[in-house]
Amino acid sequence: MNEMPLWEIFIRSQHGLAHKHVGSLHASDAEMAINNARDVYTRRNEGVSIWAVRSTDIVASAPGDKGPLFEPANSKAYRHPTFYDIPDEVGHM
Amino acid sequence: MYAQMVKTDGDKVKAPDEMSPEEKAFQERVDADIKIEPKDWMPESYRKTLIRQISQHAHSEVVGMLPEGNWITRAPSLKRKAILLAKVQDEGGHGLYLYCAAETLGVSREEMTEALLSGKAKYSSIFNYPTLNWADIGAVGWLVDGAAIMNQVPLQRCSYGPYSRAMIRVCKEESFHQRQGYDIMMAMMKGTDDQKAMAQDAVNRWWWPSLMMFGPPDESSVHSVQSMQWKIKINSNDELRQKFVDQTVPQADYLGLTVPDPDLKWNEERGHYDFGEIDWKEFFEVIKGHGPCNRERLRARVEAHEAGQWVRDAAMAYAAKHAVRRNENE
Repeated sequence: MNEMPLWEIFIRSQHGLAHKHVGSLHASDAEMAINNARDVYTRRNEGVSIWAVRSTDIVASAPGDKGPLFEPANSKAYRHPTFYDIPDEVGHM
Repeated sequence: MYAQMVKTDGDKVKAPDEMSPEEKAFQERVDADIKIEPKDWMPESYRKTLIRQISQHAHSEVVGMLPEGNWITRAPSLKRKAILLAKVQDEGGHGLYLYCAAETLGVSREEMTEALLSGKAKYSSIFNYPTLNWADIGAVGWLVDGAAIMNQVPLQRCSYGPYSRAMIRVCKEESFHQRQGYDIMMAMMKGTDDQKAMAQDAVNRWWWPSLMMFGPPDESSVHSVQSMQWKIKINSNDELRQKFVDQTVPQADYLGLTVPDPDLKWNEERGHYDFGEIDWKEFFEVIKGHGPCNRERLRARVEAHEAGQWVRDAAMAYAAKHAVRRNENE
């Protein structure tokens, strides 16, 4: 018999934050994935919502592409508020 | 520790000028405390060593459920029973966090399960000792989980991202385990003379095996240097063992329990406790499979796995059937 497929589990905590990846687990189908995720990842009230995604369905960027993908942002300091000097007299902005 | 006899892959530690450019870049990232993630390049020996270490750690959590599970039906009160159930469930959970961390390195769950059940993979020596009475559950929580925490806290900073994150979750949960064990010991030490004697008897049997959990002494721990350079081992075995003794002896004093070591005494000059020689012959016998419960533990795991086969098969058959039906409806 085949091994049960792997699922990635995402949990949303109580404070209105986005779902966050917490780990993975094996389950035969979606329903079992949710049930197992409840037992494995929310034993202490860690969440109010669970997402389960088949690991094979996740598309990830390659570590080797880090340069082309993310370096262009390095030279664009003007995208950050601290790039601009506002005189103290103007007050909080 | 929970992974106390991890053989490190590779012959010897390479000097920077012997490394390939990839190896050099890898070591520089580790030195700079940048986490290594599953898809990043890593030396094959790093990958293999980590698989061994993390899966050994996971197996220990899973086998560790057995000595404590032994007392669930005989816990002295409903409260203790609920607590013990929660603790044993946590250990199962810790095993799962760790298996999933190991799987990111390219080993399958089936391979790891097979390695455990065939006796090929190791797990911590400590779980091959029996839990003979209720006080053992207190001693296991206090001493065994205490020793585990000592090792796992630094591993939160280890170089491999998924392992480090699993350790952070484990450590958050583990502190309850040690405290509930100490709580059991406190209750027993407030009890009758018989209960106090049971508590002392449990400490007498669990003290030395707990010290063995940290693995062989540094001078014979040949694999440490490479693992420490890779930051998958943070402290040496003897360093952690000393820390454990220093922390635990005052806790025993508070309970009114005696640590079974005639050579134990405070060394003012060192600022540490001196303690007696550990019986390493016993340790290696247990590791080789000749401890009091090795065969029983493995048999229990094999039986559980085989008895659960029809459930896994049924679940997969059900999923396959429903997948077909879904396709037909679409």
